[in-house]
Amino acid sequence: MTTLIWLLPLPPLLAFFAITLFTNKNRALSHGIAVGAAGLSWLGSMIVFIRALGIEEFGKHFFESALNWLPVGEAWFQVGVRIDPLSAVTLFFVAWTVLMIFIYSIGYHNYGQPKGDDDHAGLPPHGKTVTEHGHKHTVPSIEPMYSRFFAFIGLFAFGMFTLVVSNNLLTMFVGWEIMGLCSYLLIGFWYGKPSARNAAVKAFMTTRVGDVFMLLGIAYLYSATGSLSFTDIFRPEVLEALAAASTPILGLSAAGLIGLLLFIGTVGKSAQWPLHIWLPDAMEGPTPVSAMIHAATMVSAGVYAAIRMFPLLSLDSGTMTIVAFIGAFTAIFAASIAVAQNDIKRVLAYSTISQLGFMIAALGIHAYVAAAFHLITHSFFKALLFLGSGSVIHGMEHGVMHTGEHSVDPQDMFNMGGLRKKMPITFWTFLIGGFALSGFPVLTAGFWSKDEILADAFAHGHWGVFLTLAVAAFFTAFYTMRQITLTFLGQPRTKAAEHAQETTWTMTLPLIILAVFAVSFGWVGIPEHFPLLGNILPNWFHEFVGGTLVEIPEVPAFSWIPLATSLFVALGGLLLGWLVYRKVKTPAQDRLQIPVLKNKWYFDEAYDLLFVKPSIWIAEKFTSLYMDRTIIDGILHSAARFSLSLGHFFRDRIDKPVINELLGDGTGNAVKTSGSGLRKIQTGRIQYYMVVSMVVLIVFAVLYFFLFS
Amino acid sequence: MTAERIVFILTAIFLLASALKVVTSRMLMHAALWLVAALFGVAVLFAMLQASFLAVAQVVVYIGAIAILFIFTDMLTRKDLRDQGQQTRSNWWLPALLGLLLLVGLSSIILGIPGVDRTFTALPEGFDPVRSLGIALVSPDAYVLPFEVASVLLLAALVGAVYLAGVFKKD
Amino acid sequence: MSVPLSWYLFLAAALFCIGLYGVLARKNAIAMLLAVELMLNAVNINLVAFWRYLRPVQMSGQVFAVIVIAVAAAEVAVGLALIISVFRRRKTVMADEIDLMKW
Repeated sequence: MTTLIWLLPLPPLLAFFAITLFTNKNRALSHGIAVGAAGLSWLGSMIVFIRALGIEEFGKHFFESALNWLPVGEAWFQVGVRIDPLSAVTLFFVAWTVLMIFIYSIGYHNYGQPKGDDDHAGLPPHGKTVTEHGHKHTVPSIEPMYSRFFAFIGLFAFGMFTLVVSNNLLTMFVGWEIMGLCSYLLIGFWYGKPSARNAAVKAFMTTRVGDVFMLLGIAYLYSATGSLSFTDIFRPEVLEALAAASTPILGLSAAGLIGLLLFIGTVGKSAQWPLHIWLPDAMEGPTPVSAMIHAATMVSAGVYAAIRMFPLLSLDSGTMTIVAFIGAFTAIFAASIAVAQNDIKRVLAYSTISQLGFMIAALGIHAYVAAAFHLITHSFFKALLFLGSGSVIHGMEHGVMHTGEHSVDPQDMFNMGGLRKKMPITFWTFLIGGFALSGFPVLTAGFWSKDEILADAFAHGHWGVFLTLAVAAFFTAFYTMRQITLTFLGQPRTKAAEHAQETTWTMTLPLIILAVFAVSFGWVGIPEHFPLLGNILPNWFHEFVGGTLVEIPEVPAFSWIPLATSLFVALGGLLLGWLVYRKVKTPAQDRLQIPVLKNKWYFDEAYDLLFVKPSIWIAEKFTSLYMDRTIIDGILHSAARFSLSLGHFFRDRIDKPVINELLGDGTGNAVKTSGSGLRKIQTGRIQYYMVVSMVVLIVFAVLYFFLFS
Repeated sequence: MTAERIVFILTAIFLLASALKVVTSRMLMHAALWLVAALFGVAVLFAMLQASFLAVAQVVVYIGAIAILFIFTDMLTRKDLRDQGQQTRSNWWLPALLGLLLLVGLSSIILGIPGVDRTFTALPEGFDPVRSLGIALVSPDAYVLPFEVASVLLLAALVGAVYLAGVFKKD
Repeated sequence: MSVPLSWYLFLAAALFCIGLYGVLARKNAIAMLLAVELMLNAVNINLVAFWRYLRPVQMSGQVFAVIVIAVAAAEVAVGLALIISVFRRRKTVMADEIDLMKW
């Protein structure tokens, strides 16, 4: 069984390598390999999940397997896999959503369509002009970088699976970072567009801020406990030691500080305030990317990590307060922006940020099971909504190409309308997703999970969180209905909308399957004390996932107030949204187009002023111009000039006159002169030689006589 | 003044005078002949020193062979009347000076030798210098090797002289 | 009284110096060789005098003198042969004119 768990991340990784190295040219083979790999991982995940279900008290008898990896002194640093209840349910939804998104991508990138007239790799496809029914019009064309997309999402799936099956923070962080890389690659998939490039960099940079703090947290944790494995960290004695140790920062204990640092990673990855700015811009990527990254997997990974570290986080009330505050604030903040957005994907982006805030807030108020529950249900219906929006956009693009009105933005909701007749499957599934998001009672999963958060907040007396989340839930229902009304209801407002058409089965089938989960998944977590329905199905979810912790958390006591509040905000919001927006036809008539909300509370501009412009200044002016070119290059140039002048000095003043002329030539000339002088001794006349030798002999004899004897 | 001494003095005067004439004669033939006289004087000295063999060898070898060689060579290399010219170099005073200095030096050394005034003692009874010389020259533990080497040297000189001075037909 | 050793030595020294003068001062090469013979004879006188006065029993003095005579003979033969050879080439026996080995 544990071998199977080790193998789960492998098929998408192999698909990535196979597509990148070998099958790039063959589109059918590429998507076949990718979908097949996702299918294999899905199959493995289902097997693991079903086996996990069968084990009594799975929280205590989870699957774990570890390997010695890095020798550290006497011991080994181990890496391994762990499937406990939390990761089992996460694995379940990850496997399903990943598979659905892979299948959807085939249709989304127009497999089977002809190549476009003027399509370049790096830009979205523009369509091909064909003559049909006697008149010319454009049809959608296949994405030029088709295989590359599947390679990237394969790598992405690998990262997510790795993160989910990890038993330690290190490999979890590895999966985390791989997904960060893939989000950069995929957001900037259409790299020909400057907006996509900037969005990719923005996403990477912002999550990097979070990741740095997370890494600090991991390092601190490792140095404090000597291990990164969850089993080791969550031992009671280790947790007690961490809670007892104090740090000088903000009066937090070691546990609190580590928890806070790790939580900042989640803030970045799950786009919570203040690091939320990247997620709306990330809509530049293709819609399956938005679905995958921003619904099903990557942002969920942030929340998953926070939930995983709950035993550590919950030790310090200071940290928990920060967590709850950020979650609740983000929830209402993002919801307020969503009501003023006109792009169908932007609404969903802010919606995601807001819903993640719900989960984080739930975690902050110790509602462990509720947070996990909402995480899973949200993945299903948010993925559904994103894929649905992609289907809508495809339908609108078909209309745009058919009518030739290329100035019409297929993503602007004010250009849509009446699509329920043109795209029925998309309509009904989107409706289910939207109602789940709003928390429509009983029939949708979102109701059960959101209600549980509110109930938990109310039952434990967290009034601030309760009220904030209730208002945010109201906004959620309101903007969701606004979105549905503008898009699907009423009459088509443009010719493009009139000619919209339902999309292929590869896109609508995943919508249907996800809709099934969006409806039914909530029923596994019905609280026991719920009127009427509480006793029909046991609260399996609470028992199962709650078992991950040392003690199963107690179910909050039932009260009518949170339930009524839920119903009121959900139904009231939906009704109000419908009432207001069935009359609104243009943005001018929309009274909620308030500049502050439309411009996202000016946070992007603030960050630009506070961080981006100073960084650019430091890079361009300070470092490059002043330090590098003026000072350092100046020093180098003067050193060079000095060396050069020194060299000239040596050459002209010392080398040439002294060494060459004086010593070199001088010696030569001296030898020549003395030689030509001395050779005159050699007269060739022997008596001359003999006379000379006699003279010398006598001289020496006299000297010898007088000096030595 | 014994008879020996008188004989010595006379011989010495004769020898030195001949030697001077050797080095100052204008004509080479005269110089050669004066050399013969000098060599005779030396032979007499050898006889006075009871080196009988040497005295005879001196006459036979030196006068009979070497001096004759000189005379022959002079005759072979005579050319015109160049013989009549100045036979001494123009700076003859320098060699004279050197010679004198050397004489002075040698004299002072001679005077410094201990026992230089001795006279010779008589030869032992039954001691025959000639016989002893003969034995010495051919005895293996005496001087046979230098003797033989000297003969080889003479052979080499002979061959060399013939080759150098000979006239061979060049083909 | 017999002749003192010093007289022989002085005589030999004088003869040697006369010979030296002759070697250095005569122009004709053959005359130079004549003077060389004088010097050799002076040496012989020295040798024999020392033999007779110091060690008459040891024959080394006389043997030395014999060898000197032999060597002198060889040297004169070769030297004169050389002079004749040079005379044939350069038609001169004047030492000053045989100066091919000058600079």
